[in-house]
Amino acid sequence: MGSITLEHVNKSFGEVEIIPDISLEIKDGEFVVFVGPSGCGKSTLLRLIAGLEDTSSGHIKLDGEDVTGAPPARRGLAMVFQSYALYPHMSVRDNIAFPLKMAKTPQAIIDQKVDYAARTLNLGSYLDRRPRALSGGQRQRVAIGRAIVREPKAFLFDEPLSNLDAALRVNMRLEITELHQQLKTTMIYVTHDQVEAMTMADRIVVLNAGNVEQFGSPLELYKKPANRFVAGFIGSPKMNFVDGPEAEKHKAHAIGVRPEHFTLSTTAGAGQWAGTVNVAEQLGSDTFLHVEVEGLGLMTVRTDGDQTFSHGDKVYLTPDANRIYRFDAAGLAL
Amino acid sequence: MARNVSVQTKTGFTILAWAVALLLFSPILWTIVTAFKTEAEAIAAPPTFLPLTFTLDNFFDVQDRSDYIKHAWNSILVSVGSTLLGLVIAIPAAWSMAFAPTKRTKDILMWMLSTKMMPAVGVLIPIYLIFRDLRLLDTVHGLTIIMTLINLPIIIWMLYTYFKEIPVDILEAARMDGAELWNEIVHVLVPMAIPGIASTLLLNVILAWNEAFWTITLTSGRAGTLTAFISSFSSPQGLFLAKLSAASLLAIAPILLLGWFSQKQLVRGLTFGAVK
Repeated sequence: MGSITLEHVNKSFGEVEIIPDISLEIKDGEFVVFVGPSGCGKSTLLRLIAGLEDTSSGHIKLDGEDVTGAPPARRGLAMVFQSYALYPHMSVRDNIAFPLKMAKTPQAIIDQKVDYAARTLNLGSYLDRRPRALSGGQRQRVAIGRAIVREPKAFLFDEPLSNLDAALRVNMRLEITELHQQLKTTMIYVTHDQVEAMTMADRIVVLNAGNVEQFGSPLELYKKPANRFVAGFIGSPKMNFVDGPEAEKHKAHAIGVRPEHFTLSTTAGAGQWAGTVNVAEQLGSDTFLHVEVEGLGLMTVRTDGDQTFSHGDKVYLTPDANRIYRFDAAGLAL
Repeated sequence: MARNVSVQTKTGFTILAWAVALLLFSPILWTIVTAFKTEAEAIAAPPTFLPLTFTLDNFFDVQDRSDYIKHAWNSILVSVGSTLLGLVIAIPAAWSMAFAPTKRTKDILMWMLSTKMMPAVGVLIPIYLIFRDLRLLDTVHGLTIIMTLINLPIIIWMLYTYFKEIPVDILEAARMDGAELWNEIVHVLVPMAIPGIASTLLLNVILAWNEAFWTITLTSGRAGTLTAFISSFSSPQGLFLAKLSAASLLAIAPILLLGWFSQKQLVRGLTFGAVK
């Protein structure tokens, strides 16, 4: 079991309030991602759950039991760090066995569990090496191995893939998702990368300046963002926003259109907004056009990769009328 | 940065370096050769460099008159004992300052260091009186305690600098893995800091070994270390150059050998973390 409940959790460092007041309910077996820009308090929130930081006020409950004041060693959670944080003086085997040794597990069971973890994570031939003789991806696997052997109530991941190169990151992302499907243990995953958040999460917590902006499934966040911040943060490339008279036509303070929700035409007058292509980023499968729209500013448009554009081309855009997001003056979705 | 250095310049500097080194080493060298001469030859004019008659008598005389073995044993007990005791106190202290600092940590570190700047004579009277009342005068354990106290600031400072180099993530990982504080320090922090701890240990053994002020003032016959031994030897036997040389050689030999064999470790420890 591994349900995690936060009740009015507050964290301040001296005068600085990092997390004003957060309440969350994470269900057993759920994969929850904390996402937000740097400095939004997502790592601090994870560290509060881990017990590596003390809460200033509020309560943290694991399976209904209040663990607010309990040290990390007593919470039964496992954490994977961005820096891997392996013990450099121990072999891979001893690294993975360390939590079991701390729990005074009999040696026979330790060997059994370490071998199982090594097989699951393809680490069999590296067991007697030291961490410094491993590549980044292998080190991260050892860190995960160390986390799974103790069968924790929940796994906490603190930006575990940030130090890996792009190709490996995609691989590890899949491996972690598969691991979750296999173990069905609660996982909390912190990242600033919204693609990781969208692809891995059952539910996403979007954080900004220590506040929860929205908590919902990836598609819910994409389709029904609660406010302008979430709308701008989720989705890649970012949503385009328009203020002023154009927004007032839709009875809103501001409107938002995602780059994929435009109809694009090169025929003169065949579109609602006229603009000039500034930069065309061709990815092969898609092309992202950065279009200077007359009177509205720069907008990003996603189009298929077959058409080619160059700087200075005239284009005409029509936003999909059913997919225009409307926001009030406070930035809340209408 | 590569530089072009001519062979002449290189040779010149090599000769200069050797000359300076020999100049600095010459008193010690003279002591070494004199220790193996007879008393008559030691004061002969003009002096001889190598002994004409090689003798070990001086060493046996020194042992007979002043019991070198006892003093050397005291030196070992005090220097090793005070360093180990110091480490036991300093490791937790440096842990807390490196990994759980407060607003006052920097001030405390400076304050500890400042005690080393005060002249020892300043606290001689109170410490002497305390030692007298606690019956610690001329005891090995009393000397071990005072040696621990005077070197503690250096031990804590050195360990603090080494500990600062250890990523806090790794200690946090240990906490997450179920390690309580004791296990965190014993199984993770100490093994990772071994090079730093080893050089701290070596340096402090040397410092305690060479300490003279407190050993001479707080001991007489029973608990005297080699520094007390050599000072007590120099006045009555001062005219017997060969015996005095033998005594000096005996006093510095153990620590000289220790320093010689551990110089690699010492240098590595002292520059630990200087280059990332």
